[in-house]
Amino acid sequence: MHMHKFEKIWLTFGVAMLLVFLTVIGVSAFYLGNQPPSCLATIDPEKVDTTAPFNEPGLKKVEGKDWDYELVFVASAFSYSPGAVEVPLGAKVKVIATTKDVIHGFEVAGTNINMMLEPGYISEHIATFDKEGEYLILCNEYCGVGHHMMTSKIEVVK
Amino acid sequence: MLTDAIKLKVDRRDGKLAMAHFYVAFIALAIGGLAGLLQVLVRSGKFELPAGIGYYQILTVHGVVLGLVLTTFFIMGFQISAVSKTSGTLTNRQRVTGWIGFWVMTLGTVIAAVMILLNEASVLYTFYAPLQAHALYYIGLTLVVVGSWIDGAVIIMKYVEWRKKNPGKQSPLLTFMALVNTFMWIVATIGVAATVLLQLLPWSLGLVETVNVGVSRTLFWYFGHPLVYFWLLPAYMAWYAIIPKIIGGKIFSDSLARLSFILFLLFSIPVGIHHQLLEPGIDPAWKFIQVILTFLVIIPSLMTAFSLFATFESFGRSKGAKGLFGWIKKLPWGDARFVVPFIGMLAFIPAGAGGIVNASHQMNQVVHNTIWVTGHFHLTVATAVVLTFFGVAYWLIPHLTGRVLTKKMNKLAIIQGITWTVGMTFMSSAMHAAGLLGAPRRSAFSEYGGAAQAAEWIPYQIAQAVGGSILFIGIILMLYIFINLAFFAPKGEQEFPVGEAANPAEKAPMVFENWKLWIGITVLLILFAYTVPFIDLIQNAPPGSKGFKLW
Amino acid sequence: MAKTELSNKTETKTEVEDSSSLKGTLTSVFLLGLFLVITWVGVYSLFLSRF
Repeated sequence: MHMHKFEKIWLTFGVAMLLVFLTVIGVSAFYLGNQPPSCLATIDPEKVDTTAPFNEPGLKKVEGKDWDYELVFVASAFSYSPGAVEVPLGAKVKVIATTKDVIHGFEVAGTNINMMLEPGYISEHIATFDKEGEYLILCNEYCGVGHHMMTSKIEVVK
Repeated sequence: MLTDAIKLKVDRRDGKLAMAHFYVAFIALAIGGLAGLLQVLVRSGKFELPAGIGYYQILTVHGVVLGLVLTTFFIMGFQISAVSKTSGTLTNRQRVTGWIGFWVMTLGTVIAAVMILLNEASVLYTFYAPLQAHALYYIGLTLVVVGSWIDGAVIIMKYVEWRKKNPGKQSPLLTFMALVNTFMWIVATIGVAATVLLQLLPWSLGLVETVNVGVSRTLFWYFGHPLVYFWLLPAYMAWYAIIPKIIGGKIFSDSLARLSFILFLLFSIPVGIHHQLLEPGIDPAWKFIQVILTFLVIIPSLMTAFSLFATFESFGRSKGAKGLFGWIKKLPWGDARFVVPFIGMLAFIPAGAGGIVNASHQMNQVVHNTIWVTGHFHLTVATAVVLTFFGVAYWLIPHLTGRVLTKKMNKLAIIQGITWTVGMTFMSSAMHAAGLLGAPRRSAFSEYGGAAQAAEWIPYQIAQAVGGSILFIGIILMLYIFINLAFFAPKGEQEFPVGEAANPAEKAPMVFENWKLWIGITVLLILFAYTVPFIDLIQNAPPGSKGFKLW
Repeated sequence: MAKTELSNKTETKTEVEDSSSLKGTLTSVFLLGLFLVITWVGVYSLFLSRF
């Protein structure tokens, strides 16, 4: 099997490019902690309302952790609880969310907070809210007839 | 080559079998295209569906009918024609098997379609358990898959027969490629068959109360990603083995074409978790392993890009082209059989670039489930693949029906390709841009409670409606051309172009035909990539989910 | 076979002609590669700029 010299050059470049991409995202994920949301904790989807921390949705100050606040969301067809929340500018927040029924999305538009909520699982993501403004939360995974009406918002305030 | 000379035409009886597949495929194009038009109009915010029809019902129609029905039927018709042409007419037994496959697929399609129209199955083609459709919807789609296995058996039987008759020789390139795609399809569809037969069907029938959502999704995406390669490989068949003949050139390298197909077989499947990068329950290290495997499947596409440019340049230079890009002028720009698939090849460049972004682990957070993804696969499957299929239809339909592509139809076909390009440029670019701003996919029109961010997306949604409407005109043109070629075009001989290698003396190593080896490695890679994630999902499973019908 | 001689690639002796004959291809694929890099870097910087 013969391969043209130029094709070897091209494939060398191509493979090197892919390796660079993988190295950049790999270092970011495994050394800087920028992993995609992959929480392994589970919950009984029918007992969400009585299970901590989902019995008290909303923002809560925490002490002695790597983050300053925990922001708890409960999703169900077709709404989020809380329906709106204020977060102080610069706060390091662990967003913790789950669903009571079907699969939902949890996307904070214009940010990297974007995760799937699946019944029985808890989803988490840590973010530092360092830009002021109003951010729309929406469901980006099909969940039924009211899917596009499912929304909440985060206001990042000084 | 002698083997090519044996069979100038696909046998009429095989032609009828292939045409049956194409009729269903193009009916699907009409229905699915109309659904797509309605979707972009609804999303512009200027139009509401007449009473009783839901946006998500239409969306389910669009996905099932175009993503599963159009593609699968067209691919089976094309692969059966290609195998009959290059490896010889089907035996009666093979042809009967093909007809059984066709009718099983068609029956399944009708059952699934009825359930969608009755609004019993607005769960999209990706299923979304614990949303629960009517059991008949799952049964219908199962029959489509089973029928495609029976169709696939025809290709395997023909290949086995050819091998016996030609010991020690390498198989015809198009047969080899169709066989690789068939093997990949069979291995991949085991995942969707497993979730439907073992989980969704018993659950929707009420035999079991709950379903393990994580396992169901992972089985679905085990199938869901190779599905897109199942669409792509027939387009690559045309690009590698047919386009060179159409332009009057040679296949750049027969053996490298085979190598790239083998790589697709190996690396298309153990990568499905890159669709689940933002899901709970899967360890990020295993996600990253599948990201690496996903990046490996980019390599055969890089090889393909080189081969295609090289085919075009070698041809141009053989016609006396000078300079760096003089060869471009020598290509047959008046021939729709070349121009329309060529637009598809160009579309695959931004499509591939977007795909690399999607698969890049945590970068997926920027685009996941935004309409960027919709823009992405409207470049891959709805442009690169579909325009290539249209380009194939322009000569294959008349070849099979004993007619010819007239000059007038050729011109109309080029106009069709240009219409598609304009429409898709509007629609896909607007989707990519709006997606980066956060606009979600699979969503009806919404102002999201008057949010400022959502207001920014609306101009892009209007651009999508403009593009989508232009695309619908392209679909009408294509249907007109199809009907002409199937029933009204003048009788005659339309060539089935089969490319010859630039260097026929250079044979691919026979190890390429060692299927025990390649399927063995495929299975090992799948076991490597999936065993631990599945053990995690099963051992640490939360309580199962009851079914919901929320539409 | 006589046909192989017509082919403008394979033998190392024809290396010079070989290189010139596919220079358009090499340029094209590198433009493609550049496009892939620009797209990827673009979205990665968006990822970095957002929280």
